[in-house]
Amino acid sequence: MSPRAAAILVNAALAVVAALALAPLAWMLSVSFMQPGEASAYPPPLLPAHATLANYRELFAHAGMGRYLWNSLLIAGAITLLSLAFNLSAGYAFAKLRFRGRERLFRILLGALLIPAQVAMIPLFLMMKWLHLVNSYGGVIVPALASVFGIFLVRQYARSIPDELLEAARLDGAGEWRIFLRIVLPLLRPIVVTLAIFSFLASWNDFMWPLIVLSDQQWQTAPVAIASLSREHVQDNELMMAGAVVTVVPVLALFLVLQRHYLHGLLLGSVKE
Amino acid sequence: MSRAAWSFVAPALAVIGAFFVLPTAAALLLSFTDFDLYALADPANLRFVGLRNYLDVLAAPLFWKALVNTLYFVGVGVPLSIGASLGAALLLHSPLARAQGAFRTALFAPVVTTVAAVALIFRYLFHTRYGLINYALAHLGFAPIDWLGDPHWSMPAIILFAVWKNFGYNMVILLAGLQGIAPDLYEAARIDGASRWQQFRHITLPSLRPVLLLVAIITIAGYFQLFAEPYVMTRGEPLQSTVSVLYYMYEEGFKWWSLGRASAIAFLLFVLTFAVTRALLWLNGRGERA
Repeated sequence: MSPRAAAILVNAALAVVAALALAPLAWMLSVSFMQPGEASAYPPPLLPAHATLANYRELFAHAGMGRYLWNSLLIAGAITLLSLAFNLSAGYAFAKLRFRGRERLFRILLGALLIPAQVAMIPLFLMMKWLHLVNSYGGVIVPALASVFGIFLVRQYARSIPDELLEAARLDGAGEWRIFLRIVLPLLRPIVVTLAIFSFLASWNDFMWPLIVLSDQQWQTAPVAIASLSREHVQDNELMMAGAVVTVVPVLALFLVLQRHYLHGLLLGSVKE
Repeated sequence: MSRAAWSFVAPALAVIGAFFVLPTAAALLLSFTDFDLYALADPANLRFVGLRNYLDVLAAPLFWKALVNTLYFVGVGVPLSIGASLGAALLLHSPLARAQGAFRTALFAPVVTTVAAVALIFRYLFHTRYGLINYALAHLGFAPIDWLGDPHWSMPAIILFAVWKNFGYNMVILLAGLQGIAPDLYEAARIDGASRWQQFRHITLPSLRPVLLLVAIITIAGYFQLFAEPYVMTRGEPLQSTVSVLYYMYEEGFKWWSLGRASAIAFLLFVLTFAVTRALLWLNGRGERA
């Protein structure tokens, strides 16, 4: 095979795979602008004959989508901000501060990564019920305040901070928290962005736990709400696609803007020491 | 200094201890009780039942059905997903590829989407009469497939969806692995007259081995947790062909409120996942010594 033919083949193959990856998303967008019922035809229409915003209007005016998106935004935003504080301080301490049992504790934490979250879900539900957090934002936010993965990610990154820098600050008489806030946090900025986008995407996209703990409609997040809407509106293709668009577009946009940080974190998180 | 250090880790450890370690231990205890709707109303109704939940679950035909479905999903879905990831990573890694950044973004996009939302898209793409997938197949001369209504096709449909949704994740990890292979190895092989396939077989695959193992473990552990896809696309139907172990746990726990029994199911799933990933590590260790 000539080098030119090989180049064409490789790029054509990539184009086909990219088209397969994006086609369902493009189709979702297109159908969301179709008239109700238009997509249920053979052959399936690829573009709306007369584009309309009717589905979006219906979604926000009657199906309460605004409320669900607001719930999602509040929950994902709160988890992102609060868990940053917990994971950054703990991850830094595991990397740079000396205390008894540090290595053993960290190994135990890593071991906990092997246990699937679902094992804890049933007692967690009972705990949340006891704490009166079922059907409240707190029921989703509180258990997500710290994560082993987040601590691990910060620790991996914080190990590169030179000890001399911290020692110099200590000699100047600065307290540990002051050193953390003034010197360490600015150095950790790249991992802060990475961890923030990871937490936000994970909590926005989460399904099973919000489904369990937010059974009341008014507290539901967007993914849980469109799943239950789709059970009522099995035939309403166009409406459901509009619901999928408003759920997916925020995270997709966030990824496009910050993808460098996201992919960096993905690789950092999957590399063992 | 030790005290200051503890003030950094204590908040996070308290959260993980209270909302993960403690409930995990409690799940084990719960799985030996008959915790149900009556106990939910009044804990005085709670009784210790020993291994009865485990015996009941192991005697339930639906558990075995769910187990077979889950093993089908993992057994077929994981190799397909990793194969797709490796293929895409090789294409992206090719020196002939143009616009690698743009292609990588496009191929990764499905990973960041919301699974419950994109499962809805695929529910319509798989529609027997109006779905684009059957429309495309018709052009290739295939009769329409009742993807989500025929128990033989429902799991393949969910697997195809999962491959589409997830292949980009492993692709990025494998791509980094490919970029880490020293170019001299290929150079030496070319001088020795090795073909493309021989280079792939004897340089690329062995060098990727640790990365492939990592990717396999992450993917297997993730795929054993199949839940949102059948919940949104099929509700476990048709003929319970897409009931996964986790879906079964959810229904037992939060539809029928047999929380003791659901805890037993959760533990069985955990033990199974653990055993499979351990076996993989063991096989890998043996393969390395051989």
